[in-house]
Amino acid sequence: MMESLFYIAAFVALFSTLQALSRSNAIHALIYLIISLLAVAVIFFLLGAPFAAALEIVIYAGAIMVLFVFVIMMLNLGEAGDLRERQWLQPRVWFIPAILAAVLLAELLIVEAEVAAYTRGVEVSPKEVGLTLFGPYVLAVELASMLLLAGLVGAYHVGRRFIDRTGGGER
Amino acid sequence: MDGLQIPFEHVLVLATLLFTAGLVGLMVRRNIIFILMSLEVMLNSAALVFVAAGAYWGQADGQVVFLLILAVAAAEVSVGLGLVLQVQRRFRNLDMDNANRLRG
Repeated sequence: MMESLFYIAAFVALFSTLQALSRSNAIHALIYLIISLLAVAVIFFLLGAPFAAALEIVIYAGAIMVLFVFVIMMLNLGEAGDLRERQWLQPRVWFIPAILAAVLLAELLIVEAEVAAYTRGVEVSPKEVGLTLFGPYVLAVELASMLLLAGLVGAYHVGRRFIDRTGGGER
Repeated sequence: MDGLQIPFEHVLVLATLLFTAGLVGLMVRRNIIFILMSLEVMLNSAALVFVAAGAYWGQADGQVVFLLILAVAAAEVSVGLGLVLQVQRRFRNLDMDNANRLRG
């Protein structure tokens, strides 16, 4: 039972990843990529890592994918924007991803009903993760904060010139 | 160690397939948005291996490394999408081969 849940989630992850990387439309690809990340989050949950599963959804499928959506929407502004958005919302575009997401939701509900039986003995709790993160790995946390600072400064530097020149040139 | 009900090798196979898909996408696609997506897929498959290994040995270290990979992915994608905006503004398309003319 446990294995079959894993294989279904693995199939969903592989299928949606292949779909995502072979689309020509970036928004369609993003929908499939989000489904792929959700499937990997379900696999994390089955592996007894609920904290990693939650972070996968919140940060990957939430924050990073929203960044992608923002950039794609910014690049597509113009007269053709309305027509494109109408095409993006056609049912055949989101029908298969919706089915895959429903499959993942059903898996999560099955596991949730008897969660103790599934992850018994293998679950690594968020408390252990936190104790390890701020114990032996505290130097890595500092390095990650410096990396995020570098990313912030770099994104500001690259993006600021985009805002300045287009704003000054077109008005 | 024997508490894990999913065969560890099958998780490794899944992660390998995901990584291969991301690598092929990285090499085949020329659209910068899709190249960034492929990088996300590859980072995600590496994170899957870490979490699975952490579950296999019952240690929290795997999830700690997952958190670090998450930070790397966030930093990488923010700078990468800034570069996407630059390339789009200068060349009016998203072809990655244009980026070797990006100066200053």
